[in-house]
Amino acid sequence: MLAILMLVGVYYKLSAQIIISGKIKDTKGHPVAGASISLKSTYDGATSDSAGAYYFSTNEKGEQVFAVTCVGYNAFEQKIAIGKDPIKIDVSVKEQLSELKAVTITAGTFAAGDSKRGAVLSSLDVATTAGSNADITAALKTLPGAQQVGEQEGLFVRGGAGYEAKQYIDGTLVNNPYYSSVPDIAQRGRFSPFLFKGTVFSTGGYSALYGQALSSVVLLESIDLPEKSEIDATISPLVIGAGTQQLAKDKKYSWGASYNYVNVGPYFSLVKQTPDYFKLPQFHSGDANFRIKTKNGGMIKYYTTFSYSQLGLRRPDIDSAYYKNAFGLTNHNWYNNLSWREHLSNGWKMNLAAGYSTNNDDILQQVQGQNNKPLQFDYPAAWWMQAKNFTLTNRQDLSQVKAVFEKKLGGISYLRFGSEYQYAYNSTLFNDTLHKFSDNYMALFAESDIYITNELAAQLGLRFENSSILGKADLAPRVSLAYKTGEHAQISAAYGIFYQKPENAQLMYTTNLGYTKAAHYIINYQKMTRDQVLRIEAYYKKYDNLVEMAPLSYNYYSYNNNGDGYAKGVELFWRDKKTFKNFDYWISYSYLDTKRQFLNYPMQLMPTFAAKHTASIVAKRFFTDIKMGANLTYSFATGRPYYNFMIDNAKFFIADQGMTKDYHSLNFSAEYVPSVGKKNARTFVVLFASVTNLLGYNPVYGYNYSYSGLVKQPIEPPAKRFYFIGCFLSWGVDRSQDAINNNL
Amino acid sequence: MKKTILAFALLVAITANAQNEKYVTVMQKNIVLMDSAKSTQDFQSAANAFERVGDAEKTQWLPYYYAGLALARAGWIDKNLDKDANSAKINALCDKAEAIEKNAEICTIRNMAATQQMLVDPQTRWQTYGQSASAALEEGIKLDPNNPRLYYLQGMNVFGTPEAYGGGKKNAKPIFEKAVELFKSFQAKPLYPNWGQNEAARMLAQCQ
Repeated sequence: MLAILMLVGVYYKLSAQIIISGKIKDTKGHPVAGASISLKSTYDGATSDSAGAYYFSTNEKGEQVFAVTCVGYNAFEQKIAIGKDPIKIDVSVKEQLSELKAVTITAGTFAAGDSKRGAVLSSLDVATTAGSNADITAALKTLPGAQQVGEQEGLFVRGGAGYEAKQYIDGTLVNNPYYSSVPDIAQRGRFSPFLFKGTVFSTGGYSALYGQALSSVVLLESIDLPEKSEIDATISPLVIGAGTQQLAKDKKYSWGASYNYVNVGPYFSLVKQTPDYFKLPQFHSGDANFRIKTKNGGMIKYYTTFSYSQLGLRRPDIDSAYYKNAFGLTNHNWYNNLSWREHLSNGWKMNLAAGYSTNNDDILQQVQGQNNKPLQFDYPAAWWMQAKNFTLTNRQDLSQVKAVFEKKLGGISYLRFGSEYQYAYNSTLFNDTLHKFSDNYMALFAESDIYITNELAAQLGLRFENSSILGKADLAPRVSLAYKTGEHAQISAAYGIFYQKPENAQLMYTTNLGYTKAAHYIINYQKMTRDQVLRIEAYYKKYDNLVEMAPLSYNYYSYNNNGDGYAKGVELFWRDKKTFKNFDYWISYSYLDTKRQFLNYPMQLMPTFAAKHTASIVAKRFFTDIKMGANLTYSFATGRPYYNFMIDNAKFFIADQGMTKDYHSLNFSAEYVPSVGKKNARTFVVLFASVTNLLGYNPVYGYNYSYSGLVKQPIEPPAKRFYFIGCFLSWGVDRSQDAINNNL
Repeated sequence: MKKTILAFALLVAITANAQNEKYVTVMQKNIVLMDSAKSTQDFQSAANAFERVGDAEKTQWLPYYYAGLALARAGWIDKNLDKDANSAKINALCDKAEAIEKNAEICTIRNMAATQQMLVDPQTRWQTYGQSASAALEEGIKLDPNNPRLYYLQGMNVFGTPEAYGGGKKNAKPIFEKAVELFKSFQAKPLYPNWGQNEAARMLAQCQ
């Protein structure tokens, strides 16, 4: 019995406790709180306190594994031998590189989308920005960097012309993103914001994966599989439409198709337009798509859209009191995009894309008499009148393929590389003269995202481009850096060289031209929390080799690459969803100082599409109890310069110049969503109404001059205000979740 | 000789029993620790203590369950806690627990983790995390349709949703009633989860 007691006594005696203590720090020497310290496979351990200190006692003996784990840090393990003495172990743990925590490169980039990290706008924001009427470009114009240009389509970014901004869908270039130009009236974009789950608006310093845009790229990422099958319809005095999305039962693939018809006839009879429309604008458009989820979680997507439109309008002729100037346009456009995104083994990813688009414009330009009959003029005695009589058939085709491979390097660093090839065919039949040309454009690019720590990241890229029509190659380096200065704050910088081919209208006459060139230098500070974003960005942009025109005779010119210019400025963005409950607003401000010598500018001048100060305030509020949302946008820009360039001694000179008055616009829109929150609602209804320019301000976008230079006419919108009412219906999927997402 | 054998047998028995007793004692101690926790630090200490027990035992899902519960409780009280990181840790603990046994109790923890992530930014996260929160409850109801805690949490979700979106007191009330009813007949095994009855009753009172 004694022996038993002795044995038990020995057993308990062996259990004499040893104390283990120490401190947990990170590699910079800061204490790490909340780390779990343990002896593996035992109950013994502790949690570090706010000073990083820990302390525990153990009965274990001999060799043990001492382990430290903490969220956000690499695990630490060490073998220790426990004897009779207390043990002191200080541990330094290394922070894990994490995509969620790591700094993002934000210089020059506005990301919009639902899943994107660092997103500034969500997809639905685009639709509910008053004045945008669901036009992506119009919504992007409320962000800093973009100008309030109302007389032509396009994004005029940081002193750049509209054609210096390009749009990409799923990686491939969109040749004709807007409906065809009509003189002095900006056209809408062809693509609905609801096609896309993410939008990146780069105002400069963009990635080496993209090229041929001196100012800006808009990167649109189409949605993957829809959530549910549905049928939807649009009913409005301006547009009727119907469509369907069908999702397979196994949710592996989907297909869809839709059709829209726009006829502004009834609207124009109610809301008077300044031009006399002899052919009322009509747009037919149809689209179709299929999307397939592959075995490894990749996606194959195809999207096609076809549109046909026509219009004809007449305005008083500027060179005479009696004549009229008529413009007619018929457009056919067919766009196709096929992409395949796939995860390969060993951390490789692949993005393949192919695209084909063709765009055909038939334009009729005519001087007409009081009886609306065409008039002919003497050439060359009245050549400037006869030059306004022409027919033009312009066809632009673009076929392209692009491949991008991505490899995950150590941690969260990536290497991307690939190639793209574009075959562009253009033909222009001007009266009886046919001009045509084609270009084989090829690019190779490589880019690496390197995360040195969670605080410091770099993106290095290089792009090689070759265009057969220019017979020239270029090499464009791109570099960006980002450094995290606080939990929510960071500084980024970007530098890059960007090249762009001259415009088709110039290449049509001469191919003896080189690339136009821009260098961007950008520095950005961003502080971003869940509900608030503050961005300040300063930039300097240098333009070289811009295309310049030299007068030959009448309206014939020669082209060269002697133009140049600069743009510099400071921009501010503030978005706040927190201060006022249920109220979301953002403010953008851009200061722009830019001059350029290009086209017919005889010297470096501030271009007509640039305003020194531009600002927007966008406000949104959703009233849950009445299921209604109301949105206001106010945009302001100081006056823009206008010029009349005339020719003397085969040289352009400024015959007249001035500044337009300041621009103001207050826009309003409201949506009523009666079925919001109704669980399993089968029918979903959105009623939408909007009006632009509430205050009835008369904007002047610039002036047109007569040939003599003696008469100038303001360029004004065709109507003071634009009204829209519409009803959107869908059956099947409960879209109320979108509304809740945005407005809860 | 007999004595030695007896002594040895006794020692083995004491050791084995000590091991089981130790598990029960430590678990009880940790549950008290968790229930008396006031700060994130306290909850983290409790969670770490539970996880150590889980890692040492290897066949018990309860320690991991409680570790997750402690972190979820920290998530409810601490506004500044990084909910994404905390919920990722909770879900990792749930994975470990489910590798041992899949049950409705673990689903309640997953629901809380997802709900906390959703509440960070309901506007943009409703669809993703809101859906995983309800999916966790549905999964739990499939595994055990009579677990009262599932209905308590479901009631909380409905209670927190604006009336215009199908939430509010009126819609939450019958769910809390069901929870309270089920709690009446609910018998928890020793060490097994036994929380929520008072909370459900209190919420039901708020719905009156």
